[in-house]
Amino acid sequence: MGAGAFMLPTIPVSGRPVSPEELLTSGVDVAIKKRLADAALNAAKAKGASYTDVRIGRYLNQYVMTREDKVQNIVNTESYGVGVRVIADGCWGFAAVVDAKNEAQTARAAEEAVAIAKANAKLMKEPVQLAPQKGYGEVSWKAPIQKNAFEVPIQEKVDLLLGVNAAAMKNGANFVNSVLFMVNEQKYFASSDGSYIDQDVHRIWPVFNVTSIDPKSGKFETRQSLSAPMGMGYEYLQTNPKDRVTGITTRYGKGYDMLEDVIAAAQQTKQKLTAKSVEAGKYDLILDPSHLWLTIHESVGHPLELDRVLGYEANFAGTSFATLDKWKSKDFNYGSNQVTLFADKTQEGSLGAVGWDDEGVKTKQWDLVKDGTLVNYQAIRDQAAIIGEKESHGCCYADSWGSVQFQRMANVSLAPGKEQLSVEDMIKDVKKGIYIIGDGSFSIDQQRYNFQFGGQLFYEIKDGKIAGMLKDVAYQSNTQEFWNSCVKVCDERDYRLGGSFFDGKGQPMQVSAVSHGSSTARFNGVNVINTARKI
Amino acid sequence: MAILTKEEAKQIIDKVLAFSKADEMSVNLNGSRTGNIRYARNSVSTSGETNNLSLSITAVYGKRSGTATINEFDDASLEKTVRRAEEIARLAPENPEYVPMLGPQKYLETPTYFESTAKIDPAFRAQAAFDSIDPCSKKNLTAAGYMEDTAGFSAIGNSKGLFGYNKATSVDFSITVRTNDGLGSGYAKRDFNDAAQLNTRSATEVAMQKALTSTTARALEPGKYTVILEPAASIDLLQNMMRSMDARNADEGRSFLSKRGGGTRLGEKLFDERVNIYSDPTSVDNPDSPFAGDGRPQEKVMWVENGVVKNMFYSRYWAQEKGVKAVPSPSGIIMAGGTQSLADMIRNTEKGILVTRLWYIRAVDPQTLLYTGLTRDGTFYIENGKIKHPVKNFRFNESPVIMLNNLEAMGKPVRVNGSMVPPLKIRDFTFTSLSDAV
Repeated sequence: MGAGAFMLPTIPVSGRPVSPEELLTSGVDVAIKKRLADAALNAAKAKGASYTDVRIGRYLNQYVMTREDKVQNIVNTESYGVGVRVIADGCWGFAAVVDAKNEAQTARAAEEAVAIAKANAKLMKEPVQLAPQKGYGEVSWKAPIQKNAFEVPIQEKVDLLLGVNAAAMKNGANFVNSVLFMVNEQKYFASSDGSYIDQDVHRIWPVFNVTSIDPKSGKFETRQSLSAPMGMGYEYLQTNPKDRVTGITTRYGKGYDMLEDVIAAAQQTKQKLTAKSVEAGKYDLILDPSHLWLTIHESVGHPLELDRVLGYEANFAGTSFATLDKWKSKDFNYGSNQVTLFADKTQEGSLGAVGWDDEGVKTKQWDLVKDGTLVNYQAIRDQAAIIGEKESHGCCYADSWGSVQFQRMANVSLAPGKEQLSVEDMIKDVKKGIYIIGDGSFSIDQQRYNFQFGGQLFYEIKDGKIAGMLKDVAYQSNTQEFWNSCVKVCDERDYRLGGSFFDGKGQPMQVSAVSHGSSTARFNGVNVINTARKI
Repeated sequence: MAILTKEEAKQIIDKVLAFSKADEMSVNLNGSRTGNIRYARNSVSTSGETNNLSLSITAVYGKRSGTATINEFDDASLEKTVRRAEEIARLAPENPEYVPMLGPQKYLETPTYFESTAKIDPAFRAQAAFDSIDPCSKKNLTAAGYMEDTAGFSAIGNSKGLFGYNKATSVDFSITVRTNDGLGSGYAKRDFNDAAQLNTRSATEVAMQKALTSTTARALEPGKYTVILEPAASIDLLQNMMRSMDARNADEGRSFLSKRGGGTRLGEKLFDERVNIYSDPTSVDNPDSPFAGDGRPQEKVMWVENGVVKNMFYSRYWAQEKGVKAVPSPSGIIMAGGTQSLADMIRNTEKGILVTRLWYIRAVDPQTLLYTGLTRDGTFYIENGKIKHPVKNFRFNESPVIMLNNLEAMGKPVRVNGSMVPPLKIRDFTFTSLSDAV
């Protein structure tokens, strides 16, 4: 599936409601977690498991939702439990227990998991083959945040959002919704390989949607925030952050000024109402990182997931055009020689960053497309052997203690250009183009060939200069054709992250948060359609 | 036991309400058993079963509300949770749009529960998967499928005397069959309240047939075509349109139902006069819960009658502001159709394209309800009443509003995604590009 990004997303609330104070209490002590885990590891082994891992998870969420001058909802939730996964008779088995407090409960879950594995082994064609993994002993990892968002009083968050809404209305908006999503995953992982890994993951996403209406024509236009969901604490919300990018509109890096952005948004929705409707045709596209992340996500991140390539997602998310024979040929031209796309689970501030993945593999960075050529996929322990790798890439994830971990997308990013190039210099060379900022409508086929993307802001480029705002813009292309039309990528000074909190995959569906970095990039001769209709 | 009887549920709810010191209190008690089995590459990949029983208590003081949940039902736990909800409510900000709780309501009887589904066990699921995988293996085809079954109950009550109880079951099955050369793909999906109606083998045979006959796809130029949309293809566009019929958005001027210069298009003829869309929780083919989550009764509602917009749905707050009945949004819809089968409709088509399924549908313009997406898993060219050959998949950009004005014919409605939808023959359906995906 894809990243839920258009309009304000529907919020998948999970866990039981708690008070805001409970989000700051420490969970089960790490020594007790080890005892609970050991009980499961021993019970599974005694029942014949050849491998076992135990995940003890405490998942905390806080969502503050407002519209105009009203608080619509404040949600605080906690979900705590233990999931045990085993291999027995060559087959996976999984069982989970909510609110596990004692060793007897985790041992029972382990026994159930073994029983399920043995039952399912009868329907299995080939036994699971796990890439070897060393144990790390007792280790820990914490997201390098400066301020835990749950420590900030609710009132301060409400004041921020209502202030943002008031600024939007003052600047001519008719409606505004704003939301703060905050997540803390406290994850403990133990395995029969000898790892006991304690991790603390934080995520934050401030987001708004502004609407302006022209009563005469009955038309309305919206503009969503240019923020990114980040693997950061409350420090992401800043006034005049240092690494913001000024230009036709201000864009943000590791600090986000929500008030500044909403004022621009309110003014831009007004401009959009009278903007020129695009003339369909071929244009050179200049894509800002706040837009390009979603195109990378859909046309590179998903097709290079090995489970899709192998057919495990055929009935839901789909398969992939990037088949094993193309990878084996070592000369499949995924993109132009300007294009290097890498996967990682390590970028600071990214949504995917962790020390170890959900099967105890130390995280790293690796290339997927090198100078235009397809060189690798994203694979986990039970897939590594299929592509001749000796170890997993470390991109296994489960969205809850109660969900089975499986291969999920790592951060997948476009490497910045090697030569110095600013956005301004890039635009100077463009005769007929469109500069697109922010993500909008998105759709791609089940093998990831044909896609269509919209955006938030569109500017016409004529003879090297920005000529004015456009609307009704969407571009359609084919993945290989599109990445081969990439002629330039700005240098690392422009590198920024975008991302999704709610990437969906699997049946039953699980969500995952993932970032995608890039610098602004130019794509020549892309087909642009006009999306205006009359009803 | 996850499924409590009406009496057991009422007893717990009454006990909770007796502990209340708040101005108002509402209780939601839900229990369910959900199981699933998933397979791919002709092998079962995962299967599981989850039991859930939870009680959610909402306390209200003035316009402040707080919610707490519990899954233990002894008196001490219940009272503690009531106090917790009250404490959270006192600290919550005021909700200026809060509307006092409803008093007692009358609910319709709806045939949502079937023992055949409630008794599904791991052996049933394994057999269902085997019945789907086995015919594929024998024909050298690859199956990927998923079945999920749920049996549960929902009970609601509040301090103003409202009480409702409903038991429901459902089973959802979907199957994708691919040819081993990767050139053909077929799909089928089924959903029922009564598992006795589910035959995974026959559904799989439909998908197998589509996979085998779609391997030699030819490219047609993108453009406007007459299409026959199978119910699995049209349902998402229709459901998206229904979800956009919120009265507040229309009144606020940000909906396809908003009128230029203010007001809404309620009462206007927006579609072909043969279009009739309604919801009815008592439908035998498509039954639904008799109450919405906030206790409002679900009744038969005409949304579109003879092409005219007859109703929009309201939050209780917005209905109060507007002084109208607070009609809740339905979960499933029924679109009236004709008597023709899909085969009849193909026979009566001179030139057109048969679409099995639409995929990755996303809004492009909320003002016109323009959506984009792609055909998938079985797209065929029809000529002189016969399927001539498979065609390559297309990307479409189309609005369900325009589509329902370009209506040529409708077949017999079929259950899909908890709704009833006829196969639709539409002229001038807009395909904007080709896709190489199979």
